[in-house]
Amino acid sequence: MLVQQYYRSERFVPDKEMDACGLFGVMHTGGVRFGGQIAIDAIKNMKVRGSGLGGGFAIYGLYPKYKDYYALHIIYQDKNMAAKKVAEAFLKKHFYVVFDEEIPTNPDIRLFAPPLAWRYFIAPQKSSADEGIPDDEYVISRVMHLNSHIEDAYVFSSGKDVGVFKGVGFPEEIADYFMLDKLYEGYIWTVHSRFPTNTPGWWGGAHPLSILDWTVVHNGEISSYGTNRRFLEMHNYYCTLHTDTEVLAYAVDLLMRRQGLPIEIAAKIFAPPMWEDIEQMADGDRKLYTALRMTYAPLLMNGPFTVIVAHHHEMIGLTDRIRLRPITAGAKGKLVFLSSEESAIRAVCPDLELAWTPPGGEPVVVRMHTRDHLKSLNKSI
Amino acid sequence: MYSYLLPEFIIERREDRCIRCRVCERQCANKVHLYDAELDRFFSSEKDCVGCQRCVALCPTDALYVRPRLADYRPNSSWTRDKLQNLKKQAATGGVILTGSGNDKPYRIYWDHLVLNASQVTNPSIDPLREPMELQTFLGRKPDTLKIDYNSDGKPRVASELYPNVPVRIPLLLSAMSLGAISYPAFKALAIAAKKAGVLFNTGEGGLPEQMREEYANNAVVQCASGRFGVDADYLNSARIIEIKIGQGAKPGIGGHLPGEKVSDFIAETRMIPRGTDALSPAPQHDIYSIEDLSMLIYALKEATNYTKPVAVKIAAVHNVAAIASGIVRAGADIVTIDGIRGGTGAAPLATRDNVGIPLELALAAVDKRLRDEGIRHKCSIMAAGGIRSSADAIKAIALGADAVYIATAALVAMGCTLCHKCYTGRCNWGICTQDPYLTKRLNPELAGQRLLNLLRAWSHEIQEMLGGLGVNAIESLRANREHLRGVGLEEWELNVLGVKGAGE
Repeated sequence: MLVQQYYRSERFVPDKEMDACGLFGVMHTGGVRFGGQIAIDAIKNMKVRGSGLGGGFAIYGLYPKYKDYYALHIIYQDKNMAAKKVAEAFLKKHFYVVFDEEIPTNPDIRLFAPPLAWRYFIAPQKSSADEGIPDDEYVISRVMHLNSHIEDAYVFSSGKDVGVFKGVGFPEEIADYFMLDKLYEGYIWTVHSRFPTNTPGWWGGAHPLSILDWTVVHNGEISSYGTNRRFLEMHNYYCTLHTDTEVLAYAVDLLMRRQGLPIEIAAKIFAPPMWEDIEQMADGDRKLYTALRMTYAPLLMNGPFTVIVAHHHEMIGLTDRIRLRPITAGAKGKLVFLSSEESAIRAVCPDLELAWTPPGGEPVVVRMHTRDHLKSLNKSI
Repeated sequence: MYSYLLPEFIIERREDRCIRCRVCERQCANKVHLYDAELDRFFSSEKDCVGCQRCVALCPTDALYVRPRLADYRPNSSWTRDKLQNLKKQAATGGVILTGSGNDKPYRIYWDHLVLNASQVTNPSIDPLREPMELQTFLGRKPDTLKIDYNSDGKPRVASELYPNVPVRIPLLLSAMSLGAISYPAFKALAIAAKKAGVLFNTGEGGLPEQMREEYANNAVVQCASGRFGVDADYLNSARIIEIKIGQGAKPGIGGHLPGEKVSDFIAETRMIPRGTDALSPAPQHDIYSIEDLSMLIYALKEATNYTKPVAVKIAAVHNVAAIASGIVRAGADIVTIDGIRGGTGAAPLATRDNVGIPLELALAAVDKRLRDEGIRHKCSIMAAGGIRSSADAIKAIALGADAVYIATAALVAMGCTLCHKCYTGRCNWGICTQDPYLTKRLNPELAGQRLLNLLRAWSHEIQEMLGGLGVNAIESLRANREHLRGVGLEEWELNVLGVKGAGE
């Protein structure tokens, strides 16, 4: 059994070593679904990076039976049933709820102030005024409304065939609490091991942060948060989860889903080349990177970060441009790994075929049925 | 009529140090120091002293002291010295009291009540001596989104057409001071410093002399004010940015007036007016009485320059400034310049200067918020002007939402100005705010330009240090990043307008 009673007290041991967060992501590029043991074992191997104040998993390919419906994972803080009533009335007004249930949890696992976690499989129920609004936009606006207007109700995840499980505790505790190793399979697993920076550990603030099919796990602290947040607010993304990583999830959604930019371009917006490098580039590149920095300056992510961004059929690892937080990639066959530490990858895949560390600002893009991830290998050190 | 005014300053001369070199006598344009050769003695005419400190600074033996004369009238909290003096001046003259430089009233300076964040454990600070620290900023309208397509070789390229933008190496620009209001050496010093620092200087409304157009056009913001002095197609095309001046922080709702005696041949030629005539620029631009009219002028200027230059609109910080700025952006302006109540001037009615307008900090925060609420913040750059005294003020302005800041009084001080507030007399002993050939020769444009360049360099180093301390290595990541600010000693409404939390929150 993974979870032992001493975990809870260990959370408050004052001389705990507080390193940077542990991140891990694994994807089967053939689209084969697999269980959570790899992700759980890998993140356990980086336990020293955790604090017990936050951990969580995102799983893609999670609900094949309901893959055409948006899967909302909603938590009700303090098991506030009044909040549930209000939220469900809101959902019924705006969506067709085809199925809902409490997310199963292991009653033997004791965690800090667990909320009530519920999942809903929904389809938009648009009024005639909303007819022209794309489904994704419709869902986002309702999720934003729910998060910002219904107290004690927070949407953990809202994509199709994807789910986020997170909370206050070590990630292996969260895994055991939601029985991730027993109940679920997916073709991408991402996981995070630490409390969200600058917040009290609370369930909504733990990583992954998500919006629609996008999930983000993040290591570091985004010092440009205020700038990023205020820019995203102009595009109707409201940061309600009290943590810096949230902006990354929304920025990815804005740039890639709404504006249709490829990840390679989005990566250069988050972690652009320095001006002195841009000045040395050939004309075409200089024009491109200058335009990107001018236009998307408010989405430059400053401060130290490593992120693993995932959505369907794609997983991306990226570090800040001066690589204050490195990321390691590894591959064997159709399994591709991203992690804060190579040791975590080797712990779950001792016979790796490749392991490399890309430079700052250079994304590792893992895509279904391709070997695109190897593009960053040539630039690795 | 006898003025009954008491002198403002006391002049003390230490006879044991004075060597009778008569530097003080020659340096004072107000003829305060008079030497009697027969008696081998100096006499001081204190009533004419403006406290410019030129004689003190240049006295080779440190024999002179010029101090404010404070304790003359009977102390009275209501009828203060300045109120009494002004009453006497008006009783003697029947006129509006003029003044120069910026507001000296003790209104709350919000910069001094805002403190910055610093990185600690989870977010390491960045050492600008070891890591790149980027201050480059682009001024102008940004698109909503970029369209990217791919070349035949698979390389991405920008398919969108971009609005004209102007890069500045550091977010510190030299604010509008017209030739005429200041001397040619001072004007040229601004241009020299802007060019060397990779930033811009603003010509103000006095035109840009032809001999400077080729060399300094890349660093000029040219102004199109109500007087239209010096405005023609060549002038407009000799600049990186065109600024329509609607208002000015030191004198909102007040126009400009350059007296005829200051309009020399050179100034007349640059302003395109007859020599010796008063250069009157009225407060209203008589073709602008609405946002629609403003829009017509903005697009006329864009047409005249073939849409190659951003057009800025400068307004004073006043009530409802946020709504006004919103209208300006919707009218097509690429840059909005907001000039606060502490902005400087060559000449303004004292009552206006000290009582009209609002502090820049509040106006800036309100404008930034309003434009964001309306989803149009990216459609313009915001320039903050009026009372930026230090690199700390500048960086706080950027954190409140400015793209860059304008400095003017600080630049004048770098050249020697001591804020004697007598610019309007035209007898600036430092050669800055005068057209008297004897006085203007005191200012060497190259040396003054170097002092300005030093100031810009010093501030940019300080900004880099503070940015590094915040854990930020690009200035754009601080723009409107109010999470990095906290208020100390401010009331709740002030914190709300500024959009910052109180310290400890």
